[in-house]
Amino acid sequence: MSRTALLVLADGRFPAGGHAHSGGVEAAVAAQAVRDPVTLDSFCRGRLHTAGLTAASLAAAATTGCDPLVLDEAADARTPAPALRATSRKLGRQMLRAARAAWPCPALDRLARDLPGGAHQPVVLGIAAHAAGLTALDAAHAAAFDSVTTPATAAVRLLGLDPFDATAVIARLCDDIDAVACQAADAAARVADEGVGVLPAASSPLLDITAEQHAAWPMRLFAS
Amino acid sequence: MSTLAEDRPPLPDTSGVVATARVRAGHNGRATTLPLLSSDGPFQLQKLRPRGDLARVDVIGAMSGPLGGDQLALHADVGPQARLEITAATSTIALRGPSDDAATYDIRLTIGDDAALHWLPQPLISTAGSNLRQTCAVDLAPTARLVLRDEQVLGRTGETCGHLTSHLTVLRAGRPLLDQHTSYGHPHPAWNGPAVVGSHRACGQLLVVDPSLTPAARPTVLLGNPDTPAHGVLVPLGGPALLATVVADTATRLRRLLDQALHRALTP
Amino acid sequence: MHLDHTHDAPGAVSADAHRPDGTRRALRIGLGGPVGSGKTATVAALCRTLRDRYALAVVTNDIYTCEDAEFLLREAVLAPERITAVETGACPHTAIRDDISANLEAVEALEDRLGAVDLILVESGGDNLTATFSKGLVDTQIFVIDVSSGDDIPRKGGPGITSADLLVVNKTDLAPYVGADLGTMASDAAQRRGNLPVVFTSLTADDGVRPVTDWVLERLAAWREQTARPEPAVTAH
Repeated sequence: MSRTALLVLADGRFPAGGHAHSGGVEAAVAAQAVRDPVTLDSFCRGRLHTAGLTAASLAAAATTGCDPLVLDEAADARTPAPALRATSRKLGRQMLRAARAAWPCPALDRLARDLPGGAHQPVVLGIAAHAAGLTALDAAHAAAFDSVTTPATAAVRLLGLDPFDATAVIARLCDDIDAVACQAADAAARVADEGVGVLPAASSPLLDITAEQHAAWPMRLFAS
Repeated sequence: MSTLAEDRPPLPDTSGVVATARVRAGHNGRATTLPLLSSDGPFQLQKLRPRGDLARVDVIGAMSGPLGGDQLALHADVGPQARLEITAATSTIALRGPSDDAATYDIRLTIGDDAALHWLPQPLISTAGSNLRQTCAVDLAPTARLVLRDEQVLGRTGETCGHLTSHLTVLRAGRPLLDQHTSYGHPHPAWNGPAVVGSHRACGQLLVVDPSLTPAARPTVLLGNPDTPAHGVLVPLGGPALLATVVADTATRLRRLLDQALHRALTP
Repeated sequence: MHLDHTHDAPGAVSADAHRPDGTRRALRIGLGGPVGSGKTATVAALCRTLRDRYALAVVTNDIYTCEDAEFLLREAVLAPERITAVETGACPHTAIRDDISANLEAVEALEDRLGAVDLILVESGGDNLTATFSKGLVDTQIFVIDVSSGDDIPRKGGPGITSADLLVVNKTDLAPYVGADLGTMASDAAQRRGNLPVVFTSLTADDGVRPVTDWVLERLAAWREQTARPEPAVTAH
């Protein structure tokens, strides 16, 4: 396996459409709930341990070879907000396109055929990680990392936040990201025996509520 | 499919109360019957006068709790064609117990074909120092209907929240329809931050499952005003179900929006 | 990407000239240029001129969700289902160059929804002189500048000025009022661009978009010729 493949997959410049999404921070900024590095830290930390953990677990499970259709259904059940389901599938389609170019393989082609409307993004991420020769823990790391870099990058654009401060927020979260990735990979390892019900379903009321409110805005900078 | 309750290692022996109350509803061809109504521990089950063809049971909290170390369970089984409403007379108050062990509250709701359950308890209040793990596992037959309300108050007035985790799993025809796990209070990172509940001290959900629902025809309804301390959304799920998620500053405002959501859910 | 192999399932198409079902996809023309130079007005004028003869669609990339799309809808230049707005996360140039996923999704969704489309115009968000379209997204691109931003713009150059397949210098009617020398602009542009074409437009004039229309029609004819081969895997570039 190539360690560098993980860097490629987790790079914010990986062309899978993520740059147009704020991970909910655009709504939080509008509500003045995120306004500085301290509140951004709290937002990213909360997102990591809720949506981030859930996504990392699904990604890890997809890497271990769980049935993508079963995982996709589990992702639906863990994503009650339709705006977030649509976003996840859209990002899934976009990641699939990039992954098929980067690591062409039958599993990715099959996913495109089985779920033409798009699979949930973490499911695609997991299969892409496998195609790139990565492990379930690697996929979980990529998903957990993405769950905090997305809002942090968006906050820099929305608030004109000092980019060094935003990067320091991410750096402080590294241990938490590692812990979440390990928790996700451990849960994923149990799916084969115990079913997808063992995957974490950590959720956040505010992310679900504000995603729908944001989707109803007439004017917004970010798609989600 | 396993539930969290089954996954957990057994809790250590404590002096806590271990109790399981059970309700079973059936249908005798004319009306809903209640062949089993078994109170236990703090749960006193009382039969109320039916409303039309809807059988009704009230759960009366006979003692305070759950306290740390308690292992409480309430199982309701609604057989084919039966219609049952379960309400509660009082809030459930999670309190600090003699030990720091977590209390568990395990709710299992099974609803058969053409059956309906209205699960409408009072709020669960997490007081300072308490530690409660609530699980609610719902198993719906393909043609079963459900109205489920779940309200959590994070600390009494002026009080911090205890440690409260809540896991709601809804299976329909054996497939996952909704799976949500919330964790509030110390030591959960940033649980009161802007990505989880913020400064809101009450949060709740209302779930309506009805096989005749067409989720695609039900647009999202915004509840309350995002600029005020009480707001939420009513959304269609992937299956034939609607879910309201609401946060508020008080239990009263929370209930008002959930009532509004129920009204919107039932009147397309 | 994807210049030399075929795809058997949807999702991997980007520069391929044919859709997964083997039919020819629409010609995609990008329109870029600074804020206020008249990109949206040019798109609107092209739509009005061409919509009766060709099946058209438009993708807009706005800073704020759908202002340009709403302008086009308000002006009713095309039916609403033929116009899609892409959200760009405050970085319009990223969405047309570095990470084209959302735009590719949008063009493909339009073709899936509308059936056969001849031409899709992809309008960039108002950006700076460095913003150009990726070749993975569009087949050919137009860069729109205007005389009122200063007649030294062509001399300043930048990828849009130097490499766009067509440079449009718009608002020539304003030249006398802003002291812009069209001759200087033309010679500077020629110096920067070599043989690449430059046209001058005034959209306030009758059929003022004509020079652009003519160029687009040439591109459409060339596209049809280039993609007329029967096998499904020929490519755009």
